[in-house]
Amino acid sequence: MVEERLRGWRELPLGAVTYRLSTDYKTGDWRALKPVVNLNKCVKCMLCWIYCPDMAVIWDGEKIVINYDYCKGCGICAQECPVKAIDMVPEYEER
Amino acid sequence: MAKVPLEKQTLLNVNGDEAVAWAVKQSLVDVVAAYPITPQTIIVERFSEFVANGEVHTEFVAVESEHSAMSACVGAAAAGARAFTATAANGLALMWEILYIAASLRLPIVLAVVNRALSAPINIHCDHNDAYGMRDAGWIQLFVENVQEAYDTTIQAFRIAEDERVLLPVAVNLDGFFLSHTLENIRILPDEVVHEFLGGYRKIPKVKVDYLEDEVPLVLNPARPLSFGPLDLYDYYFEHKMHQIEAMKNVPEVVREVNQEWYEISGRKYGDGVLETLYVEDADVIITVLGSTAGTVKHVVRKFRRDGKKVGVVRIRMFRPFPHREIAEVLKNAKVIGVMDRGISFGSYGQSYLEINSSLYDYKEKPMLVNYVYGLGGRDASPELIEKMINELLSDAERGYVENKLRFLGVRE
Repeated sequence: MVEERLRGWRELPLGAVTYRLSTDYKTGDWRALKPVVNLNKCVKCMLCWIYCPDMAVIWDGEKIVINYDYCKGCGICAQECPVKAIDMVPEYEER
Repeated sequence: MAKVPLEKQTLLNVNGDEAVAWAVKQSLVDVVAAYPITPQTIIVERFSEFVANGEVHTEFVAVESEHSAMSACVGAAAAGARAFTATAANGLALMWEILYIAASLRLPIVLAVVNRALSAPINIHCDHNDAYGMRDAGWIQLFVENVQEAYDTTIQAFRIAEDERVLLPVAVNLDGFFLSHTLENIRILPDEVVHEFLGGYRKIPKVKVDYLEDEVPLVLNPARPLSFGPLDLYDYYFEHKMHQIEAMKNVPEVVREVNQEWYEISGRKYGDGVLETLYVEDADVIITVLGSTAGTVKHVVRKFRRDGKKVGVVRIRMFRPFPHREIAEVLKNAKVIGVMDRGISFGSYGQSYLEINSSLYDYKEKPMLVNYVYGLGGRDASPELIEKMINELLSDAERGYVENKLRFLGVRE
């Protein structure tokens, strides 16, 4: 997913700076629990959007959407939701 | 650059710490973040006076610990600043974690280490175990012999660190109290000469990353975002360490060049910058030593020479990277080498002994080695003790074998 070929040290930039953007690393596959939003309960307070450490909660203009490419499943959004509109569901149950 | 005649070099009567502060004052340093600890305190004290008086443009950050001091320097240097800090002993130990980060991010920070013993028991006097503790952190380590050299080397350190072939942090080591608190008459260069020697403010190297079209300066800048040293697993960490290994190979050459250039401007040089030798060509016995003790050893060795004894001295000015081949070439024809260490790796030998031992291993004909651990916790290395040591080594040379390889000089039984 990340890299077609591992680079040698002569090809790497100085100072251990990354040569690609961190968005190239889709960290969603680290997830064990998946946040699922119940839009009937959601009051659009946007606390989940504020608290998400990975900026994986997105406002699409009408409702919140989770970006599962980067959501690591930490559960902060579910914990902070004042109306309990977010459930953390084990990944295998979803499949 | 043209030579500055001695009468154009200001005469100052200062101690080692003040000499370092003056060097930093002239070096167009952007950020100094430091926390006071004996015997380094005077560096920070003097420098904060320069800041308070508006004599420098430097941002002075009074931090709450040495861990923070080095962290602030890492941040400043990553943002493109010329950064300096100073510490000693326990303060250096608290910096330890960040020392590695400074080196692996290739940030050319300069650190004055005023060598002092580590606790316990608490001792504020000279000992090299603090510097040896940062041996493997990836820093260049220079040791000075006197106050004049502390001034000269601090300025040189910025040039060495920032050289594009190097880009590594430099620690300038001066002996606590023996140098830090001892007044000496020194000559300092005019400000504008130092500025020209350093090439003005810090120059930033460039890097190429995939997501930006052109090469960009290696600095933190939101307009051209770079991430310094994020997660590396077994896939890339080893490759990044190769960068540091390769950069270290270029250091001796740069140190020699800077030493020579400094000589052409100031009239002062310290051996070839890496090693300083005295009477080694025909010597049967050679003493190797770091720091201010070298002055005493040279004095005693001159006395032995007047008596016709073939004794020589090598002062190791650069401990990291260690000049293995260079020192082996100097030592290989002697009969016995006395390796003096103001420190010990408990359960092993003195740290410079280990280096010299591995320098000589591949030679078929090689001298015998004796390790003298001396001066721990500031114990004086008097001329009488040095004489005793040289007499022992001369009789070892005559006898042709060494009985006790690890000897303790000046300790009570």
